[in-house]
Amino acid sequence: MTEPQSIKPVKPVLTAGDATAFAGRDRARNQWLDVWAQFRTHKGAMFGLFFLTFITLFVTVGPLIWNVDPGKLDIRNKDVRPIYIALVYSDAKVNWANPMGTDNLGRDIMANIMQGGRISLAVGWTAMILAVFLGTLIGVLAGYFRRLDGLLMRFTDLVLSLPLLPLLLVMMLLFRDPLRAAFGPEQGIFILIVLGIGITSWMQTARIVRGDVMALKEREFVLAARSIGTPPHRMITRHLLPNVLSPIMVSATLGLATAIITESALSFLGLGFPSDFPTWGKILFDSVDRMTSFPERVVWPGLAISLTVLSVNFIGDGLRDALDPRIRGQ
Amino acid sequence: MLTYTLRRLLMSIPTLLFIAFVIFMLLELAPGDPMANMPLSIPPEVRQQMREALGLGEPWYVRFPLWLNQFFIVEPQYWIDNAFGTNFADGAQRIISFQSRSPVFDVIAQRLPQTLWVVAMSYVVGVLIALPIGIISAYRQYSVFDQAGTFISMIGFSVPPFFSGVLLIVIFSVQLRWLPSIYDTTHVVNDWDSFVFQLRQMIMPVMVLALQTTAQVSRYMRASMLDNLGMDYVRTARAKGMSESVVVMKHVLRNSMIPVVTVIALGVPSIFGGAIITEQIFKVNGLGQLLIIALQGSDIPMVMTITFLLAVLIVMMNLIADVLYGILDPRIRYD
Repeated sequence: MTEPQSIKPVKPVLTAGDATAFAGRDRARNQWLDVWAQFRTHKGAMFGLFFLTFITLFVTVGPLIWNVDPGKLDIRNKDVRPIYIALVYSDAKVNWANPMGTDNLGRDIMANIMQGGRISLAVGWTAMILAVFLGTLIGVLAGYFRRLDGLLMRFTDLVLSLPLLPLLLVMMLLFRDPLRAAFGPEQGIFILIVLGIGITSWMQTARIVRGDVMALKEREFVLAARSIGTPPHRMITRHLLPNVLSPIMVSATLGLATAIITESALSFLGLGFPSDFPTWGKILFDSVDRMTSFPERVVWPGLAISLTVLSVNFIGDGLRDALDPRIRGQ
Repeated sequence: MLTYTLRRLLMSIPTLLFIAFVIFMLLELAPGDPMANMPLSIPPEVRQQMREALGLGEPWYVRFPLWLNQFFIVEPQYWIDNAFGTNFADGAQRIISFQSRSPVFDVIAQRLPQTLWVVAMSYVVGVLIALPIGIISAYRQYSVFDQAGTFISMIGFSVPPFFSGVLLIVIFSVQLRWLPSIYDTTHVVNDWDSFVFQLRQMIMPVMVLALQTTAQVSRYMRASMLDNLGMDYVRTARAKGMSESVVVMKHVLRNSMIPVVTVIALGVPSIFGGAIITEQIFKVNGLGQLLIIALQGSDIPMVMTITFLLAVLIVMMNLIADVLYGILDPRIRYD
């Protein structure tokens, strides 16, 4: 039983070679403008983009405005609560000079969260770029060159069956001292964490890219390109990579989210950066012992991590929809 | 199917050997020294003797086969001896922890129940919550329930366990004082009150781990249900006049469970990884905490054994997932 109201006038279907097909469009449409238009319809993704921009500005431009040294000890002003606590408890120790309060050594928490965010985001982006680079390289090589396929994919499967978090912990603990000696305490740990996360999270990207490259290889445009004598390296950079860009971008957002979480988890387990060197995970870890009296010190860095990861995940969701030509434009 | 399973089992042996080798060499190449925590006043020759007493005097190509022998032959022998009162092991050298000087497997056996209680329970709870959410979300796609489910699973993906756990402690233990923040593993359940206490102390760690599971499994369940709801056989079933509950719960659900079951099997090892962090938050003295303590004390045999056991778990779960897929879906035949 079909309701008569539900019948809509059917649009005339365009046939091949119809000259009026593009008559309504007066200018060529840029593909990336289409992607952006689709991306904007995703509310979560727009929130994610907004928040990621905000938090990036907060940690990069913020320290220029809020010009307080995050490591400066001020014992007289220790354990200051955030100012909003004064609304509830009028006798709480608050101070306009430290709007988010200070820790048990009198270090300003807002300055620490800015500095910690710089490190966390820097680790996240660098590790993600490394993982995506490795994943794309291995995926393209395995998908394009049949001789390498078996070997590289067996290797990927092997790495996937390693217990990664324990191995990452082992790497952190055992290679910490030599790298610190070689590059200095901060630089050394940074390199170690980025390398550790990078080489333990490329596998999914590699699998996706390999699958897509193998499917693309059978298409006519690749055959056409090969028939005019395109060498393999140009084949990859010119014809294959642009076509696997969208899955790479989506897995890059996922990679950024996991990298930020992994770095915080390492810091939380006490195996990340040294203690005088704040990251969001480290601030959270240092505050856990005193969270009964000062819950806000746990909540702010935790919220920063969670909201950043949430917004990155939403951006990934929006990108997946926006980059899929079957969904775009509907 | 049986030949396939046997072939996969045989193939997993070289994989596991390779993984053991990778872990062993990582620990071997690493410059961390198990003697680093000893007092500096120990003379170098005594230090050398202590190293040899720990079995570190030999080169790696002697110690690696020794470790394999201990792990795959001696330890199962002890296990059989304990179970049946036989004497296969005959006093052979077991894998000894550097820190506690007791056999590694004894320590693991002490710690395993705590981890299994929390981890296994959370996985079961997580899956049990996830399945109905996934089914309803798919059946009522784009409804308020579906939007809420999507949002909650997004939060489950994004909020790391070390924040959700700490947040729960702040809310329920510090502010409301409803639940204990520390998991008491010495607690013995023998009557109703102690059972209630056990439940109360398990709620938070279980829910923290279950949130991660729920987020993942409910997404897969929803996607799989959506795939199947659009199929022709669903229309046929409806056209035959079957009731909606039979169509959804019998036809669609059974077919949708096939990929979800494998996802559930594949997720088991990662939940053990997540337990490392959760145990640290709630002070559960399980395997994860044991690993962290062993790492900090450069207890190489302990780290090696726990990490390798996790690798065995991953490889076995991959195998089980593949075999289950073949059993549940008759269209898939590996031969």
